[in-house]
Amino acid sequence: MRIGVLALQGGFVEHIITLQKLEIETFEIRKKQDLKQKFDGLIIPGGESTVIGKLLDELELFEHLQDLINKGVPTFGTCAGLILLANRFKAINIKVKRNAYGRQLGSFAVNAEFKDIGQIPMVFIRAPYIEKVGNEVETLSVVDEHIVAARQNHILVTAFHPELTSDTRVHRFFIEGITA
Amino acid sequence: MNTERYELNKNLAQMLKGGVIMDVSTPEQAKIAEQAGAVAVMALERIPADIRAAGGVSRMSDPKMICGIQDAVSIPVMAKVRIGHFVEAQILEVLEIDYIDESEVLTPADDKFHIDKTKFKVPFVCGAKNLGEALRRIAEGASMIRTKGEPGTGDIVQAVRHIRLITSEIRRIQNLREDELYHEAKELEVPYDLLKSVRNNGRLPVVNFAAGGVATPADAALMMQLGAEGVFVGSGIFKSGNPARRAQAIVKAVTNFNDASILAEISADLGEAMVGINEHEIKLLMAERGI
Repeated sequence: MRIGVLALQGGFVEHIITLQKLEIETFEIRKKQDLKQKFDGLIIPGGESTVIGKLLDELELFEHLQDLINKGVPTFGTCAGLILLANRFKAINIKVKRNAYGRQLGSFAVNAEFKDIGQIPMVFIRAPYIEKVGNEVETLSVVDEHIVAARQNHILVTAFHPELTSDTRVHRFFIEGITA
Repeated sequence: MNTERYELNKNLAQMLKGGVIMDVSTPEQAKIAEQAGAVAVMALERIPADIRAAGGVSRMSDPKMICGIQDAVSIPVMAKVRIGHFVEAQILEVLEIDYIDESEVLTPADDKFHIDKTKFKVPFVCGAKNLGEALRRIAEGASMIRTKGEPGTGDIVQAVRHIRLITSEIRRIQNLREDELYHEAKELEVPYDLLKSVRNNGRLPVVNFAAGGVATPADAALMMQLGAEGVFVGSGIFKSGNPARRAQAIVKAVTNFNDASILAEISADLGEAMVGINEHEIKLLMAERGI
């Protein structure tokens, strides 16, 4: 099992550390050449979606990644990664509200239910939430009446950052989805 | 500030890693910065090079100007307060600023005390020249640290000095025996627990950016290779010939700081860099403000 972590900007190291705890091999994707290797899954981390989106274009990574995602490479996006998977890659049929909780003073942490996992710690940093999901999308978690995690086939998204906590269960959930 | 809020504030800095934070003075500049790939903007009335040229007392920016910039962009907006000026910080907190920079670039309001940042919900970033200074600011509640390179000069030498000193001091602390830490904490004038965290983790307990004197993509990549986790660029962008192009190049340099062929490509044809002044030509060393 080998997971590529998009490492253009943001909290990618935290994902790598979490995957290492699960004894999963990882590598960073920073430029075109990095995509020549084989991998079983992709993570798009948190950060600023405008920055990561722009760097995807300028470093000529977008089309190649779009192709891989369309072909069914399992992909997990957190926060900015959720926004990019929905709005740029059109890989999951959801409507996203950016900076939905306002500025940094609106950032918060909470324990809430995640489908098939149970109560997990969730950290929301200037986070988005999901306003609407299409019929083909499965809702995985709802906090304060807003959808904060969802799945459509091989695409998993969370508005919060499981990689910022010591809890590895959401990452395990993603990995188990690949091996299933 | 409770522990949870402090964690959330450190977490925001983690999300800024690998990014470039740009000084802007108008909503138009903020939009240029956002479009060029800035991860956040620092709203200030005059960029450091102009503060240096104008002299006099430099203070927190007009809240109206800061709000104008908040309305213009969707990325985080930061703003500066004078060292020790906790009322300026109270005002910025009401504006819901995303990060406050308690900055030596402005004229210090207090020559002894920094702001007690634990009293605020909003996060703070502070400058540091060495490990002791960094840990003292963290003890006061800073959730992000930056080097204190000489602002407004376009001269990278001081930022290099600070990042090298901080990283070499961290390596030295890692090699101390646990019982030697008590004495070292006294020498550095820092809390024992923070020093122990540095020894055990081999890094500062918060994100550390480079700041001061970054003028080229190569400068930004140099700081990243020396261990910075992201870069502040002040005068380097809007004092250059082609701000948008230079800003984009610096953003790419921070992502691919280890790839010389990409750096060569993006360094080409950027137009005039800021002229700059070297550290021996300046009378006022802002880095010496606050210890």
